[in-house]
Amino acid sequence: MPRSVKKGPFVDAKLMEKIARLNEANDKKIIKTWARRSTIVPEMIGHTLAVHNGKKFIPVYVTENMVGHKLGEFAPTRFFKGHGQARTEKTTALK
Amino acid sequence: MARIAGVDLPRDKRVEVGLTYIYGIGQSTSRKILKTAGVNPDKRVKDLKEDEVVKLRDIIEREHKVEGDLRKEVSMSIKRLMDIGSYRGFRHRKGLPVRGQRTKTNARTRKGPKRSIGIKLKKEATA
Repeated sequence: MPRSVKKGPFVDAKLMEKIARLNEANDKKIIKTWARRSTIVPEMIGHTLAVHNGKKFIPVYVTENMVGHKLGEFAPTRFFKGHGQARTEKTTALK
Repeated sequence: MARIAGVDLPRDKRVEVGLTYIYGIGQSTSRKILKTAGVNPDKRVKDLKEDEVVKLRDIIEREHKVEGDLRKEVSMSIKRLMDIGSYRGFRHRKGLPVRGQRTKTNARTRKGPKRSIGIKLKKEATA
């Protein structure tokens, strides 16, 4: 079920504050953030946010198309290296 | 012959079902259309009068996005997800389930037929 429209989109308050300050100063600094659950709002367009993925910060350049998505969608938390690496090495060795 | 939105409707089916042969129209949409057009949903497609067909065509053209347009919209939405680098776009690209379903088992609709990796490699190793 989607969030109630009455409440408006959820945006981390501290992050919003920082964005507002940058917008006022017409500044484009990278903001580190852990607020993956934050919705991307139009105010963020053009900024680069460093979104934490649990290990490091992934730089996300916010474009117009991203509005309405959450920040976390752009910083994957899992990295799939593939299966059976060891096995393929063995088979190539046998050949 | 009733031809709506570039699709030939099956002649012997009830209109309610016949309309669902158009991409983008399911049973509930079909029922809604027939209600606004004032056409009996139990009528067979071949028994439709010319003015009824025109009415149906009109309503579908005006109020519903069907066939090519709809397919285009869907693929554009998917393309958008892929272009902005979101997790959902990534799942589309990989051909894996997009909405958080498990992939340890099942998920065959998205992944396609089974490819048994382990056995294949063993065969190669002995050959």
